Amino acid sequence: MKTENQRGWLFVLPVLLLVAFNALVPLMTVVNYSVQETFGNNQFFWHGIGWFEDILRSERFHAALGRQLFFTFTILLIEVPLGVAIALAMPRKGFWVPVCLVLMALPLLIPWNVVGAMWNIFTLPDIGLLGYFLNNTLGIDYNMTQSPVAAWITVIVMDVWHWTSLVVLLAYAGLISIPEAYYQAARIDGASNWAVFRYIQLPKMKRVLTIAILLRFMDSFNIYTEPFVLTGGGPGNSTTLLSIDLVKVALGQFDLGPAAAMSLIYFAITLAVSWLFYTLMTRDEQ
Amino acid sequence: MARITLENLRHSYLPDPQGADDYALKEIDLEWNDGGAYALLGPSGCGKSTLLNIISGLLMPSEGRILFDGADVTTLPPDQRNIAQVFQFPVIYDTMTVYDNLAFPLRNRGVDDGRVDARVREIAAMLELDDRLTTRAANLTPDNKQKISMGRGLVREDVNVIMFDEPLTVIDPELKWKLRSKLKELHQETAVTMIYVTHDQTEALTFADQVVVMQDGVIVQIGTPVELFERPQHTFVGHFIGSPGMNILPCEVDGGTARFMGHPVPLEGRVSGNGVRYEIGVRPEHVRLSNAGIPATIRKVADVGRHVVVEAMAGETVVNAVIDGMVPEPGSAVHLDFKQGQTRVYADGWIATERATS
Repeated sequence: MKTENQRGWLFVLPVLLLVAFNALVPLMTVVNYSVQETFGNNQFFWHGIGWFEDILRSERFHAALGRQLFFTFTILLIEVPLGVAIALAMPRKGFWVPVCLVLMALPLLIPWNVVGAMWNIFTLPDIGLLGYFLNNTLGIDYNMTQSPVAAWITVIVMDVWHWTSLVVLLAYAGLISIPEAYYQAARIDGASNWAVFRYIQLPKMKRVLTIAILLRFMDSFNIYTEPFVLTGGGPGNSTTLLSIDLVKVALGQFDLGPAAAMSLIYFAITLAVSWLFYTLMTRDEQ
Repeated sequence: MARITLENLRHSYLPDPQGADDYALKEIDLEWNDGGAYALLGPSGCGKSTLLNIISGLLMPSEGRILFDGADVTTLPPDQRNIAQVFQFPVIYDTMTVYDNLAFPLRNRGVDDGRVDARVREIAAMLELDDRLTTRAANLTPDNKQKISMGRGLVREDVNVIMFDEPLTVIDPELKWKLRSKLKELHQETAVTMIYVTHDQTEALTFADQVVVMQDGVIVQIGTPVELFERPQHTFVGHFIGSPGMNILPCEVDGGTARFMGHPVPLEGRVSGNGVRYEIGVRPEHVRLSNAGIPATIRKVADVGRHVVVEAMAGETVVNAVIDGMVPEPGSAVHLDFKQGQTRVYADGWIATERATS
């Protein structure tokens, strides 16, 4: 019995090694950098928690974090209700089901940098379909390389376009798992459409929506590629989200120490908020 | 509460039904009295659930009318028919407490809070759920969930009929019995018309005052449990009800007497029906082993507790007999004797002997 238990470790070992090399070791490198100062030549000096203090007091970090939170909560507030609404409107059976599903899945299949490039070209005022239409047909002054508002709207619309499908597909999966008898019973009980949504559909979707919100939170909080390709963080710093700022510090300025400290703080925030979300949403499960 | 009348009801799931085979329900005429306990019994796919959904309004019949107390409700949606239905799998509102679940149908209809409270407490007491009113319904056992489903029908005072669609499917065997007697009890207390759909003869026969047996979209017999057992109108009923079912034996009929394997078989009465195919129907309970009669060989003996079921071969035909007392050895030769008053001839499946005058 006991030997069998010990043998189990051998099966876990490959995964353990893999995780160690692709996650644990790089993370520890970052931890290593975050507590040291370097002046090049591969010479490092102990710096304690100095970088952490600097980052946490830095106005620049606060601004980037603020933008990041604003971005994430805005897209969550749009994508979750919109995704649920679309899922509710989708057909449950028949010819249109696969059509809708494929259409919904399309944005998810496009590589992230392509999404950024697509929207960049799409919104160019002189040649982009949308940009040209807004500026020349409707007469709206729209140029995201000059106006922070236009840049923000574009980043958010792009993310909604790209990721609402994920919420739709998850919510739809939750919806079609509801047996027909629930709807029949609700009709017999005289429930209104709102009551059906509130007491049958929403509770049955709760689990998948929890997952959807968690995934969307983590992904959008760590978003880099699309806004980097689309706006590059500009105009000015107006769409410089946390990850973009981090890359600027780490690779632009090559400030390894502050960048490492920032990464760890970033990581801790993502982890903490995800945990908080999950705990809150599954609290009354028992 | 209401008297329910079904008039020339037919239903097909196909948009353009051609022959009789395209209909899930073929010509149903039925009258159910106010306050009765009825069962719809039949094998899977016989159309009983279709019929139930038509009565509740979840399904619109292709042809025919449904009347509640003489008023045509054929085109009314379920919420306007004032009916309640309990489904195969318990349907409860997970996020609500037991109390809110029971109050839901009343609140949807704008009943005032005082009345809701009184009704919910009354029904909860009846269902023995009064100590769990504040529990979340999701945390209950399947049998209690099913009780809530029933309760949501019972709280409405004006409910015309409560329908049960195989409600004990997911209930543990020992609780089935309990819930079944609870149901019977509730029917006596409330006197609401109840229709119980099932393929389980025990459930149907213990619950209902009157059982409607269906096969292939047709009603084959309507009767009390005793009538169905004693004098099945159709070989299907004879075979479907009883354990083991009625012996159905091919026979020849000439001049009002029947012969099985060349032996004359005395019947309950004169053969009056005509058909192409004649069969003798006799329940295993009315087959005796004796010294004279139809020769047979014992093939199997099964002790089922209170009595013994003997399977005998009369030529190529299997005849079951339920025996008390002396049990023959398998392989031994015996003679079979049918109790005259309980032996009938069926012509093309339908009863063809006249009832014995006694």
